[in-house]
Order: sequence, then structure tokens, then C-alpha cells
Amino acid sequence: MKLFKFLFLLLLFPIAGNTTVHKHSLDNGLKIFVKEDNRAPIVVSQVWYRAGSLDEVSGKTGVAHLLEHMMFKGTKTTKPGEFSKIIAAAGGRENAFTGADYTCYFQQLEKSQLPISLKMEADRMQNLVVSEEEFAKEIKVVMEERLWRTDDNPKAQANELFNTIMFHAHPYGKPIVGWMNDLENMTHKDAEEWYKNWYGPNNAILVVAGDVKAAEVFKMAEKYFGKIPPIVLPERKPQLEPIQNGTRTSILKAPSKLSYVQMGYRAPTLDKNSQITSKDQFALEVLVGILSQSSSARLTQNLVRDSRVALNVGAGYSMVNRGNESSFELYATPSETTSSSDLIVALKDELNKIKRDGVTDEELKRVKTIVIADDVYQKDSVFNAAMQIGQLETQGYSHEILEDYINNIKKVTSKDIQNAAIKYFTDDTLTVVTIDPQPLDTSKPKKGKPHVH
Amino acid sequence: MFINRLIFLYILFFSSFVSADLNIKNWKTPNGTQVYFVENHSLPIVDVNVMFGAGSVRDSKETNGVASMTNHLMFSGSAGLDEQELMNSFADIGAQVGSNFNRDQSSFSLRTLSEEKSDAIKLFKLVLHKPNFDKEILEREAKRYVANIAQAETMPEAIATKKFMKSIYGEHPYGLPSSGTIDSINRIKTANLKKFFKEFYVANQADIVIVGDVTKKEAETIANDLSIGLPLNKNIKAIPDVKQVKKQEIRISHPAKQAHLYYGVPIMKRNDPDFFPLYVGNHVLGGSGFGSRLTYEIREKKGLVYSVYSYFMPLFKKGPFEVALQTSKDQVEEAMGLIKTTIQDFIDKGPSESELQASKDNIIGGFALRFGSNQKIMNYVSMMAFYNYPLDYLKTYTKKINAVTVDQIKTAFKKRVDLNEFSTVIVGVDER
Repeated sequence: MKLFKFLFLLLLFPIAGNTTVHKHSLDNGLKIFVKEDNRAPIVVSQVWYRAGSLDEVSGKTGVAHLLEHMMFKGTKTTKPGEFSKIIAAAGGRENAFTGADYTCYFQQLEKSQLPISLKMEADRMQNLVVSEEEFAKEIKVVMEERLWRTDDNPKAQANELFNTIMFHAHPYGKPIVGWMNDLENMTHKDAEEWYKNWYGPNNAILVVAGDVKAAEVFKMAEKYFGKIPPIVLPERKPQLEPIQNGTRTSILKAPSKLSYVQMGYRAPTLDKNSQITSKDQFALEVLVGILSQSSSARLTQNLVRDSRVALNVGAGYSMVNRGNESSFELYATPSETTSSSDLIVALKDELNKIKRDGVTDEELKRVKTIVIADDVYQKDSVFNAAMQIGQLETQGYSHEILEDYINNIKKVTSKDIQNAAIKYFTDDTLTVVTIDPQPLDTSKPKKGKPHVH
Repeated sequence: MFINRLIFLYILFFSSFVSADLNIKNWKTPNGTQVYFVENHSLPIVDVNVMFGAGSVRDSKETNGVASMTNHLMFSGSAGLDEQELMNSFADIGAQVGSNFNRDQSSFSLRTLSEEKSDAIKLFKLVLHKPNFDKEILEREAKRYVANIAQAETMPEAIATKKFMKSIYGEHPYGLPSSGTIDSINRIKTANLKKFFKEFYVANQADIVIVGDVTKKEAETIANDLSIGLPLNKNIKAIPDVKQVKKQEIRISHPAKQAHLYYGVPIMKRNDPDFFPLYVGNHVLGGSGFGSRLTYEIREKKGLVYSVYSYFMPLFKKGPFEVALQTSKDQVEEAMGLIKTTIQDFIDKGPSESELQASKDNIIGGFALRFGSNQKIMNYVSMMAFYNYPLDYLKTYTKKINAVTVDQIKTAFKKRVDLNEFSTVIVGVDER
């Protein structure tokens, strides 16, 4: 999975909230959300912590993700790896992921096995043991992960560079996986500190979806999580990015045949309290759909099929996140006969057309049809339903904003899109990263000439 | 934006969880297409998947890439509609289409709201029956293929997998790169695609799977609509058997920081008599992430890798048994040594009783998870349909898993898995 700052595609067309989400809070601050879906005898359980790379400080980048790994390394009463073994024996699947805004741990199980999952999540919420020995091994694993994800992957490197130059002050500029040097100098004390700072019921959300009864889940949650004391959370600073005055560009040299362009404009997020109008955000959301959501979308049609300046092209924007800073981004690979600078001009031209002419009624209607259909298709996945609730709630929104999502999309007009394009797509707030392709080192004669034993 | 602790390895083969009460109906259309149908009215959605035995195994060295390009151009215009009109027509009714391509299979999927199903099926039928195979579009897409192939030549993982398949299959078509080579792609003419379509996109060898909000009668109509009008071909060429080739050890330098290692040999085909002991055995050895021995020895004990796994990928003919990892260049020899000793130890001694039980618990207890959505049901039933699994496969599955013994696993691994036959490919060897 690509390592983007924001979860672009998943939220573009979310499920509507017309099936009830049951909500409950424990005295210690743990919030619980339950979505009943009895199509199959299965359950998804997710524990979300409002702690991600957004909360990290300089010199300790990557600690949120490292701690995620350590969460599988045992508690006061369980051995390293035991969590995974118990879930496996129950026929379950489990994993975890770390983002800029959150860290999430999840299990998928046959429905009668839910208590096992809650019991063990409650245990590692309060009793984790970060041993020096386990840390020493796991930090090596994480460094290998970084090499694999980023260092040896030119597009991921370009994305990392893009974030650092778009966000100078805001922590979204830092890589989720952490800088290698920070990883090299990280200690088990750093991981322990992170756990103490952020892991407690009042900084967590439990989402359960599937063939369950909400009242029973609430009772179970009270039983396992109810006695965990709340923690004192560190103060969070907004760290908003200063206004950008001028295009920022950077070039990345990497072993590659093709060039690649990632460009983006600073863009707004939805207001957490729905106090401020969200017209622009929904307009940008619809615009992403018109530009790149389906194979009949504009960018592919115009740049890949017609003018053929690009081999691939896409767009992304997320209007929700915890850090209140977003970007509207375009990604493209130039064809062999096109320079990356010509491709950038072509991409800007596409945005200029939007500024000048807006979009057609046909396009608008089509993208709305897709949104409404996707809303139904999304209901097929219990896991995604739980994801959306957990994600929004950890980011500081109410999951209820999903209920108005379709209506807000339906209201978007060509004029709204045009206005938003004019307002946000300015060279002064543009950031561009280009890959300058380098040949693989040809001085080594072994290359391409395997010797056979 | 996610960083997962472990890569998900949801390869079709692992989809071995079955709910015995999944009601699958099965019949043939008048012109010989197999149909599998699962009725499910809980959501107003219909999913259709149409599969042909037209993967890259149908290519030769000369025609390498024709199978892939045929698959790729199926949505690029039909019955006179150009590609944009066609794609817009699907989008206008909110229908989603997709295609899938691998060594054995070329398949096409449709997801539609039930209220739009008749229009969606009409369009889908045009796609399947009357592809334009336009010359100009072929030229454009060939250029994109060539550029992507050239790009893949710079990526260590892509270099390694390509070399690995070549090294274990030799001249067998499974050893060909599934998207062709730069030279072979440049040779493709529309006539090649049309001929390939007539030969392999045929009703008498297709499989159709329908899942969701339609009655059996409606499903019959849909299947007939999609099947009748496809070409017929009673003389489809047999896929050649896989011959054992001499093992190879290939080391290629690369500027990347990590080395990518692939290790294996063709072993198991679909409906293999040793399927159950080999499958359950590999679950213990390297197929179950954190529960498995390879992950324990190489990641959890030593911290050498982020991901290491082994799997059998059964195909029409013997598919690869593959072990793979990525690690810093200076650690790759150590990791290679651990792979060899871990597998050899497993061949010699098999799993312990408790390891076997843990794997059975996981496979059997996780049954229901495989059917948690229409999409998952579709994936599983499609695999059954394409590889002609018996319908009672579902009913007997857990029993068969449960019956596997340590001795059976030992016997099967001793008989079938011999490290002396394994090829090794490492891209990004240490330069010191």
C-alpha cells in the first residue's frame, strides 16, 4: 500500500450513515461505536489510538509506528507473539497500521470470539512490556521496512520529499515510518515514553462491526476496559503551516527508466465543528472524481489517451484529517517523448481549463451517480464500515458527517468547482517534486549477466 | 498512508476457508459455459465474473504478450462504441467493471446495482462479445507496455520475479514474462489479438460466476446472454506439462539498499492429491505470517526482515513453491542459510503436534471469514469454478483439513519438496 499522508481513495465515496451506529462512552473516557451487520457470522474489532506521526517530535520520528510493532511483543502476563498466536488459534486475522493521525489495531473473527479480542486489547492498553531485548530486534525489522517501503522505492521517496517541502512547520512533513537516523538512534525508552504518553482509554476508540448486538458489546467493553484508569495526555499544539508564498520545487535523483511528477496545492479540510462552510471541500472532492476517479475520467482521457503526454495519471485529495492541513495532488508519469516539465505544463493546463470553464453537466451527473452507487457497494464490506467510523472519530470528526455526505456531494455545482479551483490552484501554493531518472550503475559488469552454477 | 506490521498475503490459494452452508448452484449454458451462482438478496448488488483459460500460459516466445494485450484491450471499445463512450456508459449507471490477468486466467468482472442490471449486462455483453481491437489503440497501449516493461527492468523486485520464473520453468510458457517483452510487444498486430480472442475467449471453456441480488431464473438469463454469441472452439490446445529444469543460482547486482531473494521450484498443481498435507504443512512453515516458522526464525528471532513467506501457488500445471524475502545486502547470505535450514528441518521432522493443531484451528476457525461479503464469496467461488473443483469441496473441506496428520505432512514434504532442486535468484547482491 502506498504511503500517502492522507487516505485518499477510501474516503472519497464513503458509506452513508443510514444504518445506525450505536455509541457509548465508559467513565474512563473510552468511546465505543457498534455497527450491526448480520449478513455473515463474523465480527471486526478495531481499537484506534489518537496517536500517530502527527504527534511525534523531532529526533524521534517513527516512534508511533515502532510502538505499533512493540504492541505485539508481550505484556505483564503474555509472552512476545502470544497475542498473535491466540487470535490465530481462534481462527482470526489480525494486524495493525499506523498513519499520521492514528494507530489502529484490528482483528477479524467468527462472532463468538469477540471477547478474546477485547480482553487482549484491554490488556495491552495498560500492561505492555517494552523490553530492551525485543526492542533491539524489532527496530531492525522497522529499518528493513523503511528500506523496502521508501529508500528503495523512488515514488515513495518522491512522496517523502514532497511532504517535507510542502510542510515545513506542520508535522505532516515528517515521514510516518521515521527518518533512518532517528530509527538508528531510537531506544526502548523512547517507545516506552510514547506508550505512557498516548496509550490509555481516554485517547482510544473501540469500533465493533458485524453480527453482534450493541448492548452486549457495551457490556463486554465495560467488563474488559472499564477498570483501566485514564491517563494524563500531553498538550497538543496546532503546529499550523505558515502561508506559502511561491512555488516550491525539488528534484529527486533515483535509479529509474521513467521520470515521475508529484505536484500539489495546499487545500482545506472540513471544519471539525461544522461551523465553517464546507462548499470548497466538497467541490474539490467532486473534482477529484471528475479528474481521475473512473477510467472515463478527464486526466486519463486527455493526457493518456488523447495527447499521450502521460503514461499514467491520477489525482488525490482528502478533506478529512486530524492535522487540519490538506493538499490537492496530481501524480503522473511522462511518456518517453515528453519531458517532465512539459507534463507539468499539461497538468496545469487541465486545472486551468477547470478554472476557465468549470466542468460539464454530464461529468457532474456522472460523478454523482458513481458516488451514489459506490455508497451501496461500500456496504458490502464490514471492515470498511468500521474503518470509516474509527478514522473520522480519531481525526476529531463525528461519524455522523457521513450521513450528509451524499447530500453535500449532490449540491456541488460547476460554479462551486470553478470557484474552488480559482481559489486554491495558484502557483504560490504549489509544490512539485520530479524524479530525475538515473541509470542503474553500468560500471559493474555483473549486471544482467548472471553466472550459473 | 498505512504502514502494516506485515504484508497481507491474500493469494487466491489461501482462500481456503469455507462455510459448508454456502448454497452454490451450478449448471451449464446451452453452449457449454459453466455457471456458478450464489443467491443473496441482502444488498441490492449484483456481481458477475467471467473467466477464460486465456492467461499468459497461452503465449509462446514469439507471441509473448498477446494474451495480456488481449485482456487489456477488452474494455477499449466494443461493437463500434469507442473506449470513452463505452466507459462513460458504465459510469453513467454507476456500474464498475474490472479485469484480471495471470498465467492461467483472463477474466472480467462487473458490479452493478440490481436496478441497473439489465443495462449493465447489455454493455458487459458487448465488451465480452464484440471487442474492437482498434489498431490505433493497440499502438498506443503497446507504447505504454514497452515503457512499463523498461521501467520494471530498473526495479529489483520485478527483475527478481521475472528471473525466478524463467529459472524454474525454462522454456515452459509459465516461464515467460506475463506482459511480454519489449520486442514481442512491438510485434503484436490486431490480427494476433483477434485470432487469440477466437481461439480462447470461447463459450465452451468459459466460467461465469454470479453472486447477489438476482433469482436463479434471472441468473440463467444473464448467463445465457453472456455466453451465447461467444466463439466456440472444440479443439483448445492442451497446456504442456511442466518439465523439471536444471536448478540455477542467479545473482544480479543492483544499486538498491536491500537484496531481494527468491527461492523455489514448481511443485503443486490444482486438484493435486497431496494438496491438503502440503497446504497445512506450509501454513506451519511459512504461510501464516506470525504463526509460521520462517517468520519466527528470520524476523522475530533475528530481526533480519520485514517480510518472509513461503507458498504453493497451484496452477493448471505445476505452479511454483516460492520462498521470498528482502533484507539489507550484507544480511542476505545469513537469511538464505536460515531459509535452507528451516525448510530442511521441516522436511526432515515435519511440524510438531501442537503446531499442526494451531494451524488447523486457524484454518477451520477462520472459515466464516471467507464469506463475510459478496466480494469474498465471489473470489472463492470463482477459484472453484475456474479450476473445476467438485461442488462438495466445500462440504468436505474442514473434514479434510482436520484429518491431516504430522506423518502425512512429513511424507508429502519428503516426497515433493527437495531443496536440491530449488533455484535461487538474488537481485542486489553485496558488492563488498
